[in-house]
Amino acid sequence: MSDSPAVTHRHEFVLFFDVQDGNPNGDPDAGNLPRIDPETNLGLVSDVALKRKIRNYVALKAEVGDILAQGHEIYMSEGATLNNQHKRAWEAVMPPVDKSEEYKKLPKDQQKSRELTRWMCANFWDIRTFGAVMTTGVNAGQVRGPVQIAFSRSLERILPLEISITRMAATTEADAEAKGGRTMGRKHIVPYGAYRVHGFVSAPLASHDTKGTGFSEADLDLLWDALCNMFEHDRSAARGQMASRKLIVFRHASALGNAQAQALFDRVKVDRVYQGIAHEIGSDAYHNSTDNWPAARSWSDYAVRIERDGLPDGIEILEPC
Amino acid sequence: MGVRLHIWGERACFTRPEMKVERVSYDVITPSAARGILEAIHWKPAIRWHVDRIHVLKPIRFQSFRRNEVGAKASASLASGAMKRKDTSGLGIAVDEDRQQRAAMLLVDVAYVIEAHFEMTEKAGPGDTAAKHISMFNRRAASGQCFHRPCLGTREFPAEFALVAEGDPLPSPDASFTERERDLGWMLHDIDFANGSASRFFHARMEDGVIEVPAWNSADLVS
Repeated sequence: MSDSPAVTHRHEFVLFFDVQDGNPNGDPDAGNLPRIDPETNLGLVSDVALKRKIRNYVALKAEVGDILAQGHEIYMSEGATLNNQHKRAWEAVMPPVDKSEEYKKLPKDQQKSRELTRWMCANFWDIRTFGAVMTTGVNAGQVRGPVQIAFSRSLERILPLEISITRMAATTEADAEAKGGRTMGRKHIVPYGAYRVHGFVSAPLASHDTKGTGFSEADLDLLWDALCNMFEHDRSAARGQMASRKLIVFRHASALGNAQAQALFDRVKVDRVYQGIAHEIGSDAYHNSTDNWPAARSWSDYAVRIERDGLPDGIEILEPC
Repeated sequence: MGVRLHIWGERACFTRPEMKVERVSYDVITPSAARGILEAIHWKPAIRWHVDRIHVLKPIRFQSFRRNEVGAKASASLASGAMKRKDTSGLGIAVDEDRQQRAAMLLVDVAYVIEAHFEMTEKAGPGDTAAKHISMFNRRAASGQCFHRPCLGTREFPAEFALVAEGDPLPSPDASFTERERDLGWMLHDIDFANGSASRFFHARMEDGVIEVPAWNSADLVS
């Protein structure tokens, strides 16, 4: 753990990211097609998909030595074993017990229970950030993290495409004989999609005496870093080209906040741009005049505007990327 | 003394306890979830919120959403074996080896007005007056302040909120919200944390878009 103080300012953030010829988030209900809102045809990316990438980025940073591994362990890591971690916390603060059943109950001693949770928060970056339910088997309590991420939605309708591909090899001998050694597969891509997601940092859940996880200013910087760079280390055949395009952070002067979240989010507007003409997405002009425009195929087809006039007192706008 | 809070959001999931594995939301917000939203804005041990009325402002619509979630709990016998060996290897669950794909039937595009009041509890000190807490709540709700971001059932569905100040008219329901009478069946009222976390249910009926919520000690509630 660093000496950085716990976060005492509320924050809201807006992240724009885009995908080119890839699948940002497959839908297990639809044969791994890109997620789509069936009513609007807008693309969706789940909250947990982004949290997975943030975790992976922080784990990678710790692995390559960019940040101290101590205090930046990732609890929900791919391939890790959840309950080993509970056990470690238990052993660090609890007297040895004989029966495993005793692990299941929350420690009666509040002090010890709190120590256990605090130890987990101090060691695991993602528990400090997103919280965790640590009531599996070995009981280490439940933590709400200060950072909350909503679903991402594409700015305009997306077009999911199914691409058939051929492989010049077969998995089984039977396949090899029947299909002449070749098999076909499918890839689902979005030719282009730009997505917007909203997030929240509730300061009291970081800094409160008993409810706070100790999520610090340094952790917050790491979160912005992760949001800006998480796709750079998430390359795969399925994802195509993904990139964070713009991160806008509203920093409140106080812990409880200085303005309504929706009023701040409304300040971030996106224009659809074509041949120098720009119309705000959702406006009447947009609906009336963009029918014959070609579909957006790059980030330059959009322009993000932040309305800075009349910003409420105590609100500061940061643009980490 | 009562408060009125307008809340809305893109999605919501007020999970039915009988369908919690593949989550299915109730048709509308539960009094329990509404209380949680009020507490996210202002709560002290000295007060307890009671939801009196829920106004539904938009048509009830659902959408399905499936995600990869983490599966089972740890096995106690494995844990005790590992403890005897004094070696934790092989114990526990690998996240990507213990996947559960769970669908959720979510509500989309919701908006409500919560009418509520609070009572002072036995934990109230001499400095805790009703007037103080009501003005704290109203001040916070009016300026968009909250202790933590309130959510519509689960944390990935953040709630926007605005105070309906005393004397202000209620936000009018959406024009497309025409089916305003509905028997919503038995619905979770709240969980009684004082009595072994017993769930208590009430028969919810929406009449002209409004659900009357019985008091927590009402005889209409069943466990």
